[in-house]
Amino acid sequence: MTYKGKETMEFTFDLNTIWFILIGVLLAGYAILDGFDLGVGALHLFVKDDTERRILINSIGPVWDGNEVWLVTGGGALFAAFPHVYATVFSGFYTAFMLLLFGLIFRAVAIDFRSKRPSKKWRQTWDVAFSIASIVIAFLMGVALGNIVTGIPLTPEKEFYGSFFSLLTPYTVLVGLTTVSLFMMHGAIYLVMKTEGSLQDKVRGWVNNTIIFFVICYVTATMATLIYYPHMVDHFKAEPVLFLVAVLNMLAVANIPREIHNGNEFKAFLSSCASIIALLALFAIGLFPNIVYSFPNPENSLTIYNAASSQKTLGIMLTIAIIGIPFVLAYTISIYWIFRGKVKIDSMSY
Amino acid sequence: METEILARLQFAFTIAFHYIYPPLSIGLGVILVIMEGMYLKTGNKLYERMTKFWVKIFTLTFALGVATGIVMEFEFGTNWSTYSRYVGDVFGSALAAEGIFAFFLESGFLAILVFGWDKVSPKVHFFSTIMVSLGSMMSAVWIVVANSWQQTPAGYHIVGEGINARAEITDFWAMVFNPSSVDRLSHTISGAWLAGAFLVISVSAYYIYKNRHLDFAKASLKIGLIVAACASLFQLYTGHSSAVGVSENQPAKLAAYEAHFDSSSPAPLYLFGWVNEDEQEVKFGIAIPGMLSYLIYGDTEKPVTGLNSFPEDLRPPVNLVFQTYHLMVAIGFSLIGISLLGLFFWWRGTLFNKKWLLIVFIFSVLGPQIANQIGWISAEVGRQPWIVYGLLKTSEGLSKVVTANQIIFSLVLFAIIYALLFVLFIYLLNEKIQHGPEEPDTIQSEYEHQKLVIGK
Repeated sequence: MTYKGKETMEFTFDLNTIWFILIGVLLAGYAILDGFDLGVGALHLFVKDDTERRILINSIGPVWDGNEVWLVTGGGALFAAFPHVYATVFSGFYTAFMLLLFGLIFRAVAIDFRSKRPSKKWRQTWDVAFSIASIVIAFLMGVALGNIVTGIPLTPEKEFYGSFFSLLTPYTVLVGLTTVSLFMMHGAIYLVMKTEGSLQDKVRGWVNNTIIFFVICYVTATMATLIYYPHMVDHFKAEPVLFLVAVLNMLAVANIPREIHNGNEFKAFLSSCASIIALLALFAIGLFPNIVYSFPNPENSLTIYNAASSQKTLGIMLTIAIIGIPFVLAYTISIYWIFRGKVKIDSMSY
Repeated sequence: METEILARLQFAFTIAFHYIYPPLSIGLGVILVIMEGMYLKTGNKLYERMTKFWVKIFTLTFALGVATGIVMEFEFGTNWSTYSRYVGDVFGSALAAEGIFAFFLESGFLAILVFGWDKVSPKVHFFSTIMVSLGSMMSAVWIVVANSWQQTPAGYHIVGEGINARAEITDFWAMVFNPSSVDRLSHTISGAWLAGAFLVISVSAYYIYKNRHLDFAKASLKIGLIVAACASLFQLYTGHSSAVGVSENQPAKLAAYEAHFDSSSPAPLYLFGWVNEDEQEVKFGIAIPGMLSYLIYGDTEKPVTGLNSFPEDLRPPVNLVFQTYHLMVAIGFSLIGISLLGLFFWWRGTLFNKKWLLIVFIFSVLGPQIANQIGWISAEVGRQPWIVYGLLKTSEGLSKVVTANQIIFSLVLFAIIYALLFVLFIYLLNEKIQHGPEEPDTIQSEYEHQKLVIGK
């Protein structure tokens, strides 16, 4: 029993499907973890005071690098499990991905270099680099995601035939903005957990504003998807129970202001994580079993079958994942536990 | 053709720049383990100061390694997508394993190493330092395995034909332990230890020369020298063993290393020379007759496969490979020489008075850096024209949809950004070196100051 098309709602829990889900999990892990780093970066210039800016950077100081590893591992897993997707998307989105790389380089360097010299000009420059890089990274990732929804033109040889500017449509830009707003909301909630005093009061104000920004973007993007890209909702029509994911998403978002109001920052953060997971799940359900939807020739789409590595490799990779994941979770949880609580600046801080 | 040259240029430039940093992190990682281990064992505060100072240098090299490393993972897909389709089944697995087994380990424990001094017990901190060091070496393991598979493919079969052909794994462990991976890995890792050790030696010698931070510098120099001596001797062994492996698995590359053309004759070993590829001879060279035959087969009379056994279009560029290989070997021997000399004067008790040797030590930091770079050039250029030896040519591995203009755009930006990063790196490195380690009393007061702040 294999998945043939969207009209038949057949679903096989085979290695290809498992890897579709696992890569989704890695990307969700990345979005949840690096999402708040990028959000903190996007909000960085809203505080002016040097100490407050240091607190913002150090709130992600010990963890941002580990968070980025989720992207690196996601990329490696995509290369190994679905080489054609990796090859088609990375070469097809060449210019966009180069800009993304420059963003990632500047962010990493800005975080590390910023506080290494006392000069105000030096710090101001890196602050701007950090913030712009964070916004650009989030935006480009959103644009890439948007293009996967709209579909990109593919040849029968699985090669992309569009241009950098054909990737920027009003819809993909909207998804890019939605991603920026989502990460800003997520980052603001994270900062409420990590700050105290007057800075925390300021940050708490950001949460409400960013929620409003996010909800506006999200609702607009959802309407645009329903109107222009109805293929994304085929599965939801066939299996109405999947609508629960969309409902869960709205509940999670709605729960955030309530928890912030009650002073349960951690629960608010968990709600924000849940909404990111639900969003990506909606996206994945809409896409399955395609990974890259081809438009205008849907028959050239890259699916979890025609883009995959051999069954043997998918099996080996699954063994690697099963051995590795408990360790990864153990490190991640320990680090967050050790560095829990409010940020304190000391001699080893950024 | 134009895109091929540009894509190769971009890959060579970005990997060469990246490769300045990981060897420093791997080498410094080992030295941090030794220093912090000494601190735990002796309780001597000097070792704590040493560890904290070198951690600061380590974080600088690590940050640049991370920033430039993610570029490499993307570039296989952006510039070499046909290659990626061809090898994804094999090569991708090694990259994914690197992420899961190495990067998470490294980045997780790095947080404790850098920011966790007051948050965990000294033993947990030491454990984290070991894990960071282990993680950095694990990442070398997987990436060198992947690269070695390109040099000596094993444990795979080819499925499909023409443009649909691709390599699939048949035996995972045969792929991991392909004929060259153990040799090349040990050679790469000891090269990285040398990079770290000579950075420590160089900075310490500079302090001693300038009569600054003497206790700190002398103790650091000794640790650096011990690591350098062990690693440089080990490097000789792994280098020899790699060369013998290359003679078996990639005879065209070995022939290019020594510019050996005629397959029917025993091969000499050149100390230096200049290769004239058209006339198939080495000019201005000094050679030990039969020495290459002896090193490989233990017999000076035995013929070695020469470049004439390969069609002209399957030979690597000879002179470039010859020059980089010989310079690497020369630097390798020099590093053995100066580290043994250092140990000798240490034993005689006159190490810190030898001004001329201290000056040599100050500049010695460049040795492993240059040798690591050109060693990789001879290994990778020596593999040409193949991207996967004997299976896929470099010219066949390109991205079909990426244009020359796109690569020029990215290459120019990489050149500008990396030049900026390099200047900043040297500037900040110099600033940290000039600032030096915290003096014993300031560490004390700073510690109390922190307690006060936290107590408030």
